Amino acid sequence: MGYSAFRIFKEAVTGHKGWKPVWRKAEPLAEYDIIIIGGGGHGLATAHYLASKFDQKRIAVLEKGWIGGGNVGRNTTIIRSNYMLHENEAFYEFSLKLWEGLEQDVNYNAMVSQRGVLNLYHTDPQRDAYIRRGNAMMLNGADAKLLDAEGVRKMYPFLNFDDARFPIRGGLLQPRGGTVRHDAVAWGYAHAADKRGVDIIENCEVTAFDIQNGKCTGVQTTRGPIGAKKVGVAVAGNSGRVMAMAGMRLPIESHVLQAFVSEGLKPLLDGVITYGAGHFYVSQSDKGGLVFGGDIDGYNSYAQRGNLPVVEDVCEGGMSVMPMIGKARMLRMWGGIMDMSMDGSPIIDKTHIDGLYFNGGWCYGGFKATPASGYSFAHLLATDTYHDTAKAYRLDRFSRGYMIDEKGQGAQPNLH
Amino acid sequence: MSLIDNTQVLSFTFNGKAYQGYEGDTLASALLRNKVRVVGRSFKYHRPRGIMGVGSEEPNALVEIHGAGTCEPNRRATTIKLFDGLNAKSQNHMGPLNFDVLAINDFMHPFLAAGFYYKTFMWPKAFWEKLYEPVIRRAAGLGTLSKAADPDSYDKGFLHCDTLIIGAGPAGLQTALNLGLAGHNIILADDDFRMGGRLLSEDYEINLAPALNWVNETIQTLESLPNVRLMSRTSIYGVYDHGIYGGLETTTDEIGSSKPRHILWRIYAKSSILAAGATERPIAFANNDRPGVMLASAVRSYKNRFDIDLENTALLTNNDDGLQTDAAHIFDTRNGSYVTDVGGRKGVRSLTLNTGEKIAANHLAVSGGWNPNVHLTCHKRARPKWDETLRCFVPDPKTLPSDMSVIGAANGQFSTHAAFKDANDVTEKLGAKPSSLPQTEDAPINVSAFWHVKGKKRAWVDFQNDVTAKDITLAHQEGFSSVEHVKRYTTLGMATDQGRTSNVVGLAVLADTTGQSIPETGTTIFRPPYSPVPIGAFAGTHRGQHFKPTRLTPSHKYAAENGATFIETGYWKRSQWLARSGEKGWRDSVDREVLMTRSSVGICDVTTLGKIDVQGRDAGKFLNKVYVNTFSTLKVGKCRYGLMLREDGIAMDDGTTARLSETHFVTTTTTAKAGPVFRHLEFVRQCLYPDMDVHLISTTDQWAQFSVAGPNARKLLEKIVDPEFDISNEAFPYMACGELTICGGARARLFRLSFSGELAYEISVPARYGDALIREMMQKGEAFDAVLYGTEALGVMRIEKGHAAGNELNGTTTAQALGLGGFVSKKKDCIGKVLSQREGLIAEDSLQMVGFIPVSSQDKLTNGAHFIPKGETPSPETDHGYMSSVAWSPMLETYIGLGFLKNGQNRLGEVIQASHLMGNSHVDVTVVSPHFFDPKGERLRV
Amino acid sequence: MIIHHPLLGPRDASEFVYLGDASLMNRPNPKSETAAEDFHRYQYLRDNPVGQHRELWYHEQGDRSWLVVTRNTLTHDITKVELARDVARSQK
Repeated sequence: MGYSAFRIFKEAVTGHKGWKPVWRKAEPLAEYDIIIIGGGGHGLATAHYLASKFDQKRIAVLEKGWIGGGNVGRNTTIIRSNYMLHENEAFYEFSLKLWEGLEQDVNYNAMVSQRGVLNLYHTDPQRDAYIRRGNAMMLNGADAKLLDAEGVRKMYPFLNFDDARFPIRGGLLQPRGGTVRHDAVAWGYAHAADKRGVDIIENCEVTAFDIQNGKCTGVQTTRGPIGAKKVGVAVAGNSGRVMAMAGMRLPIESHVLQAFVSEGLKPLLDGVITYGAGHFYVSQSDKGGLVFGGDIDGYNSYAQRGNLPVVEDVCEGGMSVMPMIGKARMLRMWGGIMDMSMDGSPIIDKTHIDGLYFNGGWCYGGFKATPASGYSFAHLLATDTYHDTAKAYRLDRFSRGYMIDEKGQGAQPNLH
Repeated sequence: MSLIDNTQVLSFTFNGKAYQGYEGDTLASALLRNKVRVVGRSFKYHRPRGIMGVGSEEPNALVEIHGAGTCEPNRRATTIKLFDGLNAKSQNHMGPLNFDVLAINDFMHPFLAAGFYYKTFMWPKAFWEKLYEPVIRRAAGLGTLSKAADPDSYDKGFLHCDTLIIGAGPAGLQTALNLGLAGHNIILADDDFRMGGRLLSEDYEINLAPALNWVNETIQTLESLPNVRLMSRTSIYGVYDHGIYGGLETTTDEIGSSKPRHILWRIYAKSSILAAGATERPIAFANNDRPGVMLASAVRSYKNRFDIDLENTALLTNNDDGLQTDAAHIFDTRNGSYVTDVGGRKGVRSLTLNTGEKIAANHLAVSGGWNPNVHLTCHKRARPKWDETLRCFVPDPKTLPSDMSVIGAANGQFSTHAAFKDANDVTEKLGAKPSSLPQTEDAPINVSAFWHVKGKKRAWVDFQNDVTAKDITLAHQEGFSSVEHVKRYTTLGMATDQGRTSNVVGLAVLADTTGQSIPETGTTIFRPPYSPVPIGAFAGTHRGQHFKPTRLTPSHKYAAENGATFIETGYWKRSQWLARSGEKGWRDSVDREVLMTRSSVGICDVTTLGKIDVQGRDAGKFLNKVYVNTFSTLKVGKCRYGLMLREDGIAMDDGTTARLSETHFVTTTTTAKAGPVFRHLEFVRQCLYPDMDVHLISTTDQWAQFSVAGPNARKLLEKIVDPEFDISNEAFPYMACGELTICGGARARLFRLSFSGELAYEISVPARYGDALIREMMQKGEAFDAVLYGTEALGVMRIEKGHAAGNELNGTTTAQALGLGGFVSKKKDCIGKVLSQREGLIAEDSLQMVGFIPVSSQDKLTNGAHFIPKGETPSPETDHGYMSSVAWSPMLETYIGLGFLKNGQNRLGEVIQASHLMGNSHVDVTVVSPHFFDPKGERLRV
Repeated sequence: MIIHHPLLGPRDASEFVYLGDASLMNRPNPKSETAAEDFHRYQYLRDNPVGQHRELWYHEQGDRSWLVVTRNTLTHDITKVELARDVARSQK
């Protein structure tokens, strides 16, 4: 029996005795058709779409800890499809469309909330780049609006219009952008995949790949060997570490990105705002906390924690653009490990090892990509062909010179 | 022994009603003194709540202070030092505090169990955002933030010390005394406004006298030591890499003070000692959240430190420590006696016991044991371990940061004697001699594993977030068995008290549900900050105009006097245009500046361009490596344009380089790339070619530089340059450079360079003469009607000439794309050359820079439009490129644009559509050469 | 973080700009027959280790030295700091 208001009513009056686990605690079988390594948003979404859209059976998701414990459990919850390059925009717009139907698809309320994402601009070149970007969004069927300073003021009169080092001159608005309750995405996909028979196996860390004659036939885990016809890796943050077990070096560095949440406050910020003259983006959660973030710390790290200069940099940005938040108190800060790729764009591809597939390099944009990443990866795993919107995300694009570099920063991951 | 000075009366208000407290009170103690029981409402069920704790562990008593424009939400009443004139009010209720409409949630609680919102509100789809979510958002949140800019100021400071001692209870004070007397540089920080920790709240004796005497004497000694810094009201909120600690000092809570509200300290310490004490925890039983149910230690604090007798108090304890509390009734769980329910909605009226008996009481002191405050040990990912005797998590020395020691109650050493002993031990560890151990109590706490009274009613675990024992059980039933899952699903420990009182009880309830032991069940990671820190404090003074530094050009003052509008270019402010009276808009000014320059002479401040001095025997060879073209062959006294690639083959920057001597080059960069290019050159010099004899220094700030452009540029400069220097076309032709003197002996450099396409020079003088030079040139230029022009006119003229700038050098374009493929030397290697030959970068249909002119001269071009072939529907497949720069050309009297078009250089003459979809504008444009004006470059050579 | 600059002593990491893996100092031979693939590996592929990492930091707010810092990517502990120029010379 699915989740609904009626069900809640029934359980409430009968003492909540009927609720079952949102997903089963599965024991690993000896062999599967497809194994997904990584029980994060992308891995669980991949399993869900493999089972529901590509009619695959005998699927397992292997998670070293508890599901949703990686970046889907620690991010700033923003969804949007406001990219400049078609290779990205088509993909992220596909993702946004999947978000729009997510809850009905997985029967779990992940609180997809399209409250609008506004990117502020402060200079003419920034405006010009946003016009190029907004037009690219519209070419891909997404929505985009260019606002002038007055338009921004009407939406958010409390921004700093009067005493700014870098005055707000306008913004690029994507009304369909917004936020999602991040943990619920992992749980929702797990719930839906589980219902279709996917085994979600927690506390099961992969320790080696079984590779013979250039073919991957399974994995060794802390819960024993598991055979598989195909193995998909979706462990962003730890991609370098896991793929090293298959002898691969990647165009990826691992970096720490900090994020922050304030104490709960009565509603004051409806949508998502991104400052264009500093590193600061912010939204307010349904619970009332301001959820905000900024730039990565900038050095290779697997530590899941950052340092003070970035904390101060983010808050300086926040106070510059939104000086009303001075008395909001930062409640928690945390760090996630990001797969920072060499052009700032992700990779969804086969590898040179038969049966081994790779999904990673999401930089710090992986959360909003979750549905499309899962769908495209499922497409690749099931059909060995690339999904239309993800065909540019190839491993060999660097050797061939087809980088997808939104920011134009070149092969320096910490600048993307 | 109270620390209240009742000769100093302080007036304050709560919810508009006037009250009085005393010096030494907190807001919480003053409210209790005035018998105010209900001070707030809980987050989800909006249950009436009173004061439960005495310090930063307080989950219930959150208030807003000040009100109106300076309203500060979510302040714990227990941590606000009372001051005269304080205005506080309760928060998170609809209607008055005593009649909160949303208290209906409490009656609806069966429908609002943990995570209920994940299972509903999905149909109809549109209703989530339209109806359900707005209702939830309005009900959620705690305090209110005024939407006005924060009027307060915040400061920052940096401190260095040998040892940072965190917490000034017995352990911290004794350690500070030991190390201070040994001459170590010590910082002792404590978040209370009074140092002493629990010694202020218990009636202990030290050396056979009241403990307070020892505290006062110790503080007096410490105050007399110049090597000791005492910081009260300072919360150490975080531990960072390499001995860096974050501290937040609350200077004052009063408004209108001339002091900053907070000082954010960054403390660099060779070692640290955590003596942060412990926090008492409650026991979960039905209605244990009613106002009047308090931590036993808080009850003792209010009695001993604040001199408040809480009438008719009962005690529930599972340990000996709780027994110190004065109580009319004592229920010791170890004797099988405990409380099962509490009567009274807005304050305790009765207690139901496990015997079924009901007794009258107004307060219930609860002691469920103590949790060491190990939070700061976890910030660098150490994991505490479970101590089965003490029934709490204690620091695990194996995982502690090597430069941190933990002592006293924070280390699970709960008696005062043990705290002193820990202090002396750590003193010896740090190589100092400890003072004698003070005589004091050494009672064990003998705690039992009594966490939770099971029953049908709700028993609170996380008070602020309304997480009950049942919620934890339900979470487990639904498969959320990992501690992290429980926390996220139920919101346990995620309130503003960060689980101070709830985490371990929650873990115990979970362990009970799963049948596992507590260490098997796990622990959660504590993350910074230990106590919440205002965002304003993290930002400090870097806000408003001071968010980032401001760089002014040498002509700034002159330009400001002459109608300039300034524009941000990185940290620089540059003149954008200089309006004259009668001009109706910026276009009038810009058009005039272009026309005056092209017809006579214009001057532009180009100081912002990066300038790098390159010297050494291998300077030419070095420049050959970093530029695609050759510089070793450049003759002394000449300049050359150069294009620089990144190693990935993409254009990085361009500029001109002048050779002043065999071993001396001066190279320029674009304004935006001055820093990155210099860094790159140093990388190439130090990391790739360390044996080259070449040295670099940035001289951007040392030289003021002006472009002097237009047919009369030379005539003007002849009035400036000293007469012994011949700058005629023959003696000083296009691309010449040289050092000379001006204005009767002032040192200067002259370069015959042109960005505008006119006869033009760039003249540079030491920066301190920049203002004098611009004034001198403008005065001498009056004869030619010389004009000072800004970045807009500069942009118009460079677009007219088809020069690439920042919009074109956007980090994705190659030399070929920019039409500069011919510059790439075939004879030598340079950075970026190998990778620039990859197939994707030289493909036939790759983007190339060309010019665009509207077919209809009335049409306006938009920068950022995409190029769609005529007759095609705009789509990603039909997108052939984008416009990167546009301008109105007053010379050609039409809009002109530069942009990137697939295979553009072979499509000259084609008419294509420039589509600005957001503006619903589609303009037919002709693809043309980017060299719109004087394509042969005749004007610049005259 | 604090970086112990070999010439200037302990300095706050915020004075520095980070580049990445110190292997970026080993620019391949552009004349090699395998130059295209060598440069691809040099520019784009990384070991990205958990643990010891030799990496390049630039003292932009200081003496403009490039440093090779040996730092643990899991604990952030720094065990060695060298002048990149010395390292580059010793590798020649």
